[in-house]
Amino acid sequence: MATSSVSKGCFVFKPNFKRRKISVPIEDYFNKGKSVSEDSKLRFETYQLIWQQMKSETEQLQEELNKNLFDNLTEFLQKSHSGFQKNSRDWSCQIKLREIPVAALVLGVNVTDHDLTFRSLTETLQNTVTPYVVSLQAKDCPDMKHVLQKLASQLVDCGVDIKSNEEERTQVSQKREYCSMDFLSSWYRNVTQKKIDPKLPSKKRAWSGQWQSPPVVLILKDMESFTTKVLQDFIIVSSQHRHEFPLILIFGIATSPIIIHRLLPHAVSSLLCIELFQSLSCKEHLTTVLDKLLLTTQFPFKISEKVLQILTNIFLYHDFSIKNFIKGLQLSLLEHFYSQPLSVLCCSLPEAKRRINFLSDDQCENIRRLPSFRRYVENQASEKQIALLTNERFLKEEAQSLLENLHVYHTNYFLVLRCLHKFTCSLPKYPLGRQIRELYCTCLEKDIWDSEEYASTLQLLRMLAKDELVIILEKCFTVFKSSSGKQFGSTAQRIEDFLAQFQSLDEAREEEDASGSQPKGLQKTDLYHLQKSLLEMKELRRTSKKQNKFEVLRDKVVDFVDSLVREFLLPPETQPLHEVVYFSAAHTLREHLNAAPRIALHTALNNPYYYLKNEALKSEEGCIPNIAPDICIAYKLHLECSKLINLVDWSEAFATVVTAAEMNASSTASEEMDEIIHARFIRAVSELELLGFIKPTKQKTDHVARLTWGGGC
Amino acid sequence: MSKLELKQSKMLQVQFVGDDDVLNHILDREGGAKLKKERTQLLVNTKTIIKKPDYDLEEDDREVLKDQNYVEVLGRDVPESLKNGSAADSGSKVYSFQSRKHSEKMSKLASELAKPPRKMVPCHSKMDPEVTLNTPQSSKGHSTSDSVQLKDSDKSKFLSATPSAQRKRLMAPSSHSNSESEYSTSDSEDEEGTAQEDEDTSEVISRQKTQTHNRVVATAADKETPSKKMKKGKTSDLVEEYFEAHSSSKVLTSDRTLQKLKQGKLDQQTLRNLLSKVSPSFSAELKQLNQQYEQLFHKWMLQLHLGFNIVLYGLGSKRDLLERFRTTMLQDSVHVVINGFFPGISVKSVLNSITEDVLDHVGTFRSVLDQLDWTVNRFKQDSSLKLFLLIHNLDSQMLRGDKSQQIIGQLSSLCNIYLIASIDHLNAPLMWDHAKQSLYNWLWYETTTYSPYTEETSYENSLLVKQTGSLPLSSLIHVLRSLTPNARGIFRLLIKYQLDNQDNPSYIGHSFQDFYQRCREAFLVNSDLTLRAQLTEFRDHKLIRTKKGTDGVEYLLISVDSGTLTDFLEKQEEEA
Repeated sequence: MATSSVSKGCFVFKPNFKRRKISVPIEDYFNKGKSVSEDSKLRFETYQLIWQQMKSETEQLQEELNKNLFDNLTEFLQKSHSGFQKNSRDWSCQIKLREIPVAALVLGVNVTDHDLTFRSLTETLQNTVTPYVVSLQAKDCPDMKHVLQKLASQLVDCGVDIKSNEEERTQVSQKREYCSMDFLSSWYRNVTQKKIDPKLPSKKRAWSGQWQSPPVVLILKDMESFTTKVLQDFIIVSSQHRHEFPLILIFGIATSPIIIHRLLPHAVSSLLCIELFQSLSCKEHLTTVLDKLLLTTQFPFKISEKVLQILTNIFLYHDFSIKNFIKGLQLSLLEHFYSQPLSVLCCSLPEAKRRINFLSDDQCENIRRLPSFRRYVENQASEKQIALLTNERFLKEEAQSLLENLHVYHTNYFLVLRCLHKFTCSLPKYPLGRQIRELYCTCLEKDIWDSEEYASTLQLLRMLAKDELVIILEKCFTVFKSSSGKQFGSTAQRIEDFLAQFQSLDEAREEEDASGSQPKGLQKTDLYHLQKSLLEMKELRRTSKKQNKFEVLRDKVVDFVDSLVREFLLPPETQPLHEVVYFSAAHTLREHLNAAPRIALHTALNNPYYYLKNEALKSEEGCIPNIAPDICIAYKLHLECSKLINLVDWSEAFATVVTAAEMNASSTASEEMDEIIHARFIRAVSELELLGFIKPTKQKTDHVARLTWGGGC
Repeated sequence: MSKLELKQSKMLQVQFVGDDDVLNHILDREGGAKLKKERTQLLVNTKTIIKKPDYDLEEDDREVLKDQNYVEVLGRDVPESLKNGSAADSGSKVYSFQSRKHSEKMSKLASELAKPPRKMVPCHSKMDPEVTLNTPQSSKGHSTSDSVQLKDSDKSKFLSATPSAQRKRLMAPSSHSNSESEYSTSDSEDEEGTAQEDEDTSEVISRQKTQTHNRVVATAADKETPSKKMKKGKTSDLVEEYFEAHSSSKVLTSDRTLQKLKQGKLDQQTLRNLLSKVSPSFSAELKQLNQQYEQLFHKWMLQLHLGFNIVLYGLGSKRDLLERFRTTMLQDSVHVVINGFFPGISVKSVLNSITEDVLDHVGTFRSVLDQLDWTVNRFKQDSSLKLFLLIHNLDSQMLRGDKSQQIIGQLSSLCNIYLIASIDHLNAPLMWDHAKQSLYNWLWYETTTYSPYTEETSYENSLLVKQTGSLPLSSLIHVLRSLTPNARGIFRLLIKYQLDNQDNPSYIGHSFQDFYQRCREAFLVNSDLTLRAQLTEFRDHKLIRTKKGTDGVEYLLISVDSGTLTDFLEKQEEEA
């Protein structure tokens, strides 16, 4: 069936019913359409497993991070509703009753993450405060009528789970046309009275005991995009009905709280009783996500420095969106399992060992082809080399031990990384970055101890004051203590020793102080003398070069840290079989996530050789040969014009270029060829129009307007 | 880069100043603040690089280096696999076309590019496509050789385009008026004139050359100032260029129109016929490109199933590619193909075909939003439903609106609707803000095919394509056939009157009273009311428009162009 027609633009294709039954399992697409298996099914299953784990982990994380915020919100809601509950005759209470409690929730610019937050917020509120939680989005509410309709229909849906009767629902759907605040309040009265009715089964939820009349919470997800008028009207109307319809609003704000006052005039905003809540910053969120997903041995999958760099760059420079970051992670996971046949081993260690035993010969060959493995083989004794390259069983055993080494390497790596971060995160200037992700990036990239930043870090560390150093050491101690690895038992022990030594140093110092060997205090002098004496003291110290006990100990600590770093923070490229778990194809990630369509267009038009690898198209940069595709030539010519382009001139210039090219091919200049060239010009022009480079204009006859400017070559 | 190094060395110096704790500490604090500042600067730099439009003209070397840095960081220059573009050094190349410009060469380049046909003709006459850029001096020589070839090929019009381009570049009033006068003569066809003119133009070129030389000197002088200042000057240059292009209300283009041309506008059919005679060039390479893309089909299916949606971009029609994807991969699943380039497409029709044809829903919806809600619920409830949406040109005129995009985005965010779409417009990505992008959950794929946009542009009221009016004509005939003879007569009267007045520019329509009079005389109507009833029918069929004139009189106008009307009358007479 054709998909082009002059009368319609949508074509529906439905396969025969019988054929529809046979659906292709997704794994099959994983296979790149090849018949060679390379464990693709297993790989796909592993991918799905890891991805599910990662996803649930992030969701859980988000919940934990939001817990504090939600607790505060719940408390606020309960407090503000208790006034309604009391029904007191007090004058001030009466006034307060007119005010709608509003929780302004500042969520930050990462709009894409808000959905998840709101979803869990709704859940929390429904569990703790009230069953009546409704959320509205600006796009559903072009006017007041829609707001009320949506509100009513969602509220009634909320009520359904409390076994409210069906006829009410139908009644609402009939009434949907003319929903009003009166309808809502009468609905509310009905519902709350019914609940007192003892016949109904008691509710399990927490709110049921608290109130007879739970509040109605309305969440406006994107407060900024609501039209001012709708918001104003709604607030005024609902404040009038507040005594019978206890509404509480939650504004989701992406920018800053000032927006409330910009959207609402004073007369309206005075009807609100606003309290501000701030959600966790997305940068902290990112740090936790990284911490839980990447800086851990829980997930076998790892990403290389460049991939991490791209993901964080997209996050920091483009959207601040955790959701997108996780999408990037998902894509890299998928790409890894899709493109690397050996990724079948990217799973938990015992499972991977088991899988090695079942590897096919092809897969063994794949292992041998890994660059890291080849490097490893080259460093072995010659008999072992031969055995590795010829004996499958030996290879498998070796691979098992290598994988185990890799696992141990990662365990150690992350512990030492955290420890090093404890040292570097508080240094002035942050030579190795403030966040652990920056440190991680540097460590992944190269031998960190070769970098100048590292040298300066060590220097700074050698100047730390004692109490700072002790605090850091204590932190490191807990890091190592938390690990179950036997290897770091001794390390923890050494740190403990250091701590003890510092402790004893304190005591020794006290004694020393008591003995009175303290240098004489500086007398009160002018600046010049102070400087002079300070210089003298420095000179003295330098010449004496005698370090006190503390300094000796401090140097020891720093050397110890240095030795740890040098031993354990080797870049992953040095590890054999690292390709199994590390995803490094950063360019594919960038291509698919952060594409640059304009650049692609520009390149295609300016430099066709880039795509069409034809030698005839090769040319000096900035000019294109006259045999290039028509659209390229037309584009090139149009770049020479300013705002308006005369079609006649353009077509003649085009014809000149193209005829020159044709001349060489065949020297039959004829009427027909002219016409064909003209037709080609027309096609090129209309294509440029479609691409948005030019548009028709009425300013002058037979002219088109350029929509871009500049851009010569 | 050098700045970065500098920074580091400075940092180190600070540390070596002394080991006195106190002093060092103070110094460190200062240093820290400095570093912070530099760091933010760095951030800003990268940002500007990201945001930089493709058409940035000038960048100094330092910028270039930074640019490459950024590219390196993002891994664009990693040797690419065969999957995309098959280019070994794709990234750096993509960027290098931006950064190539050295400021001294700019003006030179501009003067050379002002005569691209000139450059290209010798290019070919030498049979060497790799010919290098001409220096201004040598370009003179070329221009003469050009003119020789020009006479040979009897292409006298060729030059007329060239000076106009130069003129636009030059903008200098004196030279402008000069070339203007030349220009008006350039239409003459005799060879003598051409030769004469050729000399003139070369003169213009030489003048321009001296000018550009001056400019080069000027920029060279600028160069001596510190780099920052230079950069500032550059951006202001860029700004100037913008205003140069946009501020002057006077349009400096020639006044020639297509009517003077032999081949004026062609109609769609002849255009197609002519183009079918053109043998496509580089077919081998294009085939190779397409094969590369076809290898991605399986991957696309996989990614679609895993919750991503796919968008294709790049030069060339992606319709055939998607069509192949459809025929190879989607034969066994329900799918909807949407031609975004179809002028009558709307979100409503997309939703209609989903609800009516896919979900077999009978009945109507109050609004598009209701329909969307219903569809979304349906898909959410029944997870066994699966639907592939193929949208050609998601960025077309009809679908690019905010609401349409929102609705399609919401559809695509469902986990059992799989969307694969193509975009072509230069600014298409601007349609989507962050919220929409996260709805779409795009994976971008570059598929530059260079295939002509035949189907996509065929609907378009293209600039040079003559509207044949075959569609309005046939609809006219159909409507008229269903009418009474009297009504036909009335309409014919109106047509004739309009055709008689077609050369009258102030004609705004036939006034109702006069028309009534004429119809009465022709025994077509007997009362004012019957005529009005007829006219209402015409109006309902959108055959005529009525307009109130300034004097309050009603005017009737047929909103079909006169060519079609003449055709129509001829046909009618044939039938009669």
